[in-house]
Amino acid sequence: MGRMRKLLIPGVDKTLLVRDAIKTMPDLTRRRFISGGASLGALTLLTGCDVTDSFSAEEMLRQVSKFNDSVQSWIFNPNAMAPTFPESAITKPFPFNAYYSLDEAPEIDGKDWKLEVRGLVENRKSWTLEELYQLPQVKQITRHICVEGWSAIGSWTGTPLRDFLKLIGADTRAKYVWFQCADKDGYNSPLDMQSALHAQTQMTFKFGDEILPRAYGFPMKIRVPTKLGFKNPKYVISMEVTNDYKGGFWEDQGYNSFSGS
Amino acid sequence: MSAVTVSDEQATSTKAKVIQPAWVRALHWTNAFAMVLMIMSGWQIYNASPLFDFTFSRSITLGGWLGGALLWHFAAMWLLMINGLIYLVMGLVTGRFRKKLLPITPEGVIQDTKAALTGKLSHDDLSKYNYVQKLLYAGVIVIGILVVLSGLAIWKPVQFQYLTALFGGYEAARYVHFFCMAGIVAFMVIHVALALLVPKSLRAMIIGR
Repeated sequence: MGRMRKLLIPGVDKTLLVRDAIKTMPDLTRRRFISGGASLGALTLLTGCDVTDSFSAEEMLRQVSKFNDSVQSWIFNPNAMAPTFPESAITKPFPFNAYYSLDEAPEIDGKDWKLEVRGLVENRKSWTLEELYQLPQVKQITRHICVEGWSAIGSWTGTPLRDFLKLIGADTRAKYVWFQCADKDGYNSPLDMQSALHAQTQMTFKFGDEILPRAYGFPMKIRVPTKLGFKNPKYVISMEVTNDYKGGFWEDQGYNSFSGS
Repeated sequence: MSAVTVSDEQATSTKAKVIQPAWVRALHWTNAFAMVLMIMSGWQIYNASPLFDFTFSRSITLGGWLGGALLWHFAAMWLLMINGLIYLVMGLVTGRFRKKLLPITPEGVIQDTKAALTGKLSHDDLSKYNYVQKLLYAGVIVIGILVVLSGLAIWKPVQFQYLTALFGGYEAARYVHFFCMAGIVAFMVIHVALALLVPKSLRAMIIGR
C-alpha cells in the first residue's frame, strides 16, 4: 500500500521520472542506455560474441521483440476472457499513472470534444460524446497490469470496441486500430485487430459507475484487459483503422509492441 | 595376484574417465549465461516497481532502463527455456537424473552436511555426487522449473490464467518469481564458492575430466 501511495503523489511517479530523465538526454545517450547494458553483459560474461557493438545488440533485441510480437499473437486466444472480479476487489484509490503529473493531464471540455474516425471505415463521421453515450454499454471489473509490474483492479464501463467498429463499417481485416490522444507530447498507440475485436476491449466512458474522471482519461479511454496498461490509451481523440504500423509513444522507445497479458 | 590388481587399476585410470559428458557441459554453461542475463535484467525490471523496500544497484543490472531490461529479459528467456527443456529431456532420457541425483535420503544429507562442515567430505570420485550436492542440484532444478512457470504466469496472466491461478493469482506469482530468483542466486553463490574450493570439479565441468 505504501508503494501505491508513492505512485499517487504527483511528481513521484516512476514512469514520469524515467520519462523526464530520458527526455533531458540527447538522443545518443538514450541509445547508450541499451548498448551500455549490452557491453556490461559482455564484460561480465566474457562471451565470444561481439555484443559491445551497440548496433548489433540493439538490432538483435529489436528482432527478438518483433519475433515475440508474432509469438504473442499466436498465443492470443480471442475466446480467453481476462478474469473478472467482484466490486469488493476494486483497488481504492485506483492509481493515477502517466509519464506526467496529474496537474499536467489533459483537461478536455466534453462539449467540444469529438472522436475523429479515420482510415479503412465506411463512415468517417466524427462522434460527439453525447452520441457515444447513446450506445449500449457494459461494465467489467478487471485487473490493470502495468508494464512496470504493479497491478490494480478497476471497474470500467463502456461500449465494446468491436460493436463500434461494426457500426462504423470498419474493415476488420485491417491490421491495426491506431489511437491518438490528447496527452502532452502526443500519446498514441497501435492496437492489433484481433485484440481490438476481443469481447472485453472497450471504449470506456465510466470508471466505478461515474463519468470517467480526468485522472483516468476523460472523456474516453480504450480499456484492453488483455494488454499491459500502456496499451490502454486515455484522452483518446481519434482512431484510425489501418494496415500500416504507425508506432506508438512507448512502443517507439522499446516497449514490446504487442505487450499482451 | 597383487600385480594383476594394480594393472587393472592402471587400465581404468588411464582410460581418462569422462566425469561430465559434453552435452552436460554445453547445457550447463549456456544455462549459466542465460541465467545471469535473466537475473540482471530481472533486477532492472524489479526496480521499476519494487516488491520490497530496496532496489538493485544499477551497476549490477542489465538494460539501462525498464524498456531495455524487458527486451533483454524476453530475449534471454528463449535461450533459458529451450536450453532448460533440452536439459530436462536429456536428464530423463539418459537416466542421468536418476543415476546422479537419486536417491536423496535425509540421513545421507545430514551426514554429508556434517562431513562437509568439518572438512571431512571426500571429493575423490567427482562422478558420484554426495548427498548435499544431490539435494542442491535437484533443488535448483525444481526452482528452475518454478521460476520459468511463475515467469510465464506473470507474462501471460490472461492467456495462461490457469497457470497464474495455480500460483495464487498475478500478484502472488510475482512474489513466487522473485523468491525463485533469490533461491537461484543463493544457489549460485554456494555453487561457485564450492566449485572454487574444489577446482578439479570446475575443470571437469569445462574439459570433462
